Amino acid sequence: MASYSTNEFRSGLKVMLDGDPCSILENEFVKPGKGQAFNRVRLRNLKTGRVWDRTFKSGESLEGADVMDRTMEYLYNDGEFYYFMEPDTFEQHQADVKAVGDAHLWLKEQESCEVTLYNGTPLSVAPPNFVELEIVETDPGLKGDTAQGGSKPATLSTGAVVKVPLFLSQGEVIRVDTRSGEYQGRGGKS
Amino acid sequence: MPDWQPGAGLSQLRARAGLLAAIRRFFAERDILEVETPLLCGSGITDPAIEPLIVAAGDSLSAQRYLQTSPEYAMKRLLAAGSGPIYQVARAFRDGEAGARHNPEFSLLEWYRPGFDHHALMAEVAALVCACLGERPWRKLSYRELFRQGLGLDPFEVDAGELERVARGRHDLGNLEGDRDFWLDLLLTHDLEPWLAGQGLCFVYDYPASQAALAQIVDHDGVEVGQRFELYIDGVELANGYHELTDAAEQRARFEADNARRLARGQPARPLDEYLLAALAAGMPACSGVALGVDRLLMLACGEADIRRVLAFSWERS
Repeated sequence: MASYSTNEFRSGLKVMLDGDPCSILENEFVKPGKGQAFNRVRLRNLKTGRVWDRTFKSGESLEGADVMDRTMEYLYNDGEFYYFMEPDTFEQHQADVKAVGDAHLWLKEQESCEVTLYNGTPLSVAPPNFVELEIVETDPGLKGDTAQGGSKPATLSTGAVVKVPLFLSQGEVIRVDTRSGEYQGRGGKS
Repeated sequence: MPDWQPGAGLSQLRARAGLLAAIRRFFAERDILEVETPLLCGSGITDPAIEPLIVAAGDSLSAQRYLQTSPEYAMKRLLAAGSGPIYQVARAFRDGEAGARHNPEFSLLEWYRPGFDHHALMAEVAALVCACLGERPWRKLSYRELFRQGLGLDPFEVDAGELERVARGRHDLGNLEGDRDFWLDLLLTHDLEPWLAGQGLCFVYDYPASQAALAQIVDHDGVEVGQRFELYIDGVELANGYHELTDAAEQRARFEADNARRLARGQPARPLDEYLLAALAAGMPACSGVALGVDRLLMLACGEADIRRVLAFSWERS
């Protein structure tokens, strides 16, 4: 892998730091009138998600990290691993529970999602921003209660629990924002 | 298609022209002579923290040349030749310095005042800035007071280990290593410059002797200080000035000490500017001088936080 000097650090560059792959978010060059120059760099640890600031001496280098973001189709889960497929090559990748993390709440078979590969292995999975999922369990819908406030929990086919309006019932498909976990509306009208 | 458009808008281009006119008016009123000196110099700068850009030899002129990192040495030769007070607006070049407040090619306003000490020059710098940005109050803070007020420690008393401990307690510094000045620079850039952001127009003066650069070193209450100053406006470092060193032998010793530090850090030594040393030996009048970043002054005048917004074409697109 190539190495990158502090003045090549750009937002989105993936580097190795303390043994973990990290993504550079920001890079600020600071220098007193005379004297030592520094780069104050904001990074995200791609394994843990932690975001923090680290200072480097200007001109220092870091090894690049073999990290790639790929759009893949989610196939299935065999109880232990989650399987994804690259749409062009049909190559399959298995991701463990740690890599999938909370994304499992929003993964629907045959839907596309972003899989981050580190040394060829899935490191993290990002679901689409919006998914449509079926309600598999909720209290019975209240007839006539269409627009007024009030909500109730509903369990979706993936196991996610979201708050939905009272008028929805089991078997209906809803649209959810996966970033906030919030109900957006009935499905099928995007 | 490459992005050919300028980074500065028409209003910033007009503001630059207006600022240059205001600067020239300021110096004309004070009867200070505008001069020009070469951008391409036979010798570079020895300061280990400044790297020049080098122009390879041409076809007919054999040796490489250094693009100036400031017009200081040539202007001092003019002073030694009896020029009296002089100023210059010049392009300066520094390798590796790029960011929201740095462009590797930038405009410096540099001027020299025979007979002034650094305090008299600070007052004139404040007058210039007020002439360009509008009247505003200004204050002075010694380097020692800056550290006392901003961090509660005395930079002349505390040792390198303690400075490192304070710095590590405040920031993630990985495996950084350095000497006393390194940790002082770290605390200055990471903690005190943000603190200065709340101080308006503020001069910091009387630096540790180890950071005197080309300033005179004097004894002040039992500690040696370099009679150097920096101007900060809202935390943006804008100018660096000295009560100038005039002693040729001391200047040669500092150049050689710089080169020794360069070699120890794995950097190439730089040839000494023998023209400057000869001029000092012939006699340069006692004076103070200052270099002020014109692009940063323009950023403040325009309310821009990124230098690329006040340059027609920044380094990336030059």
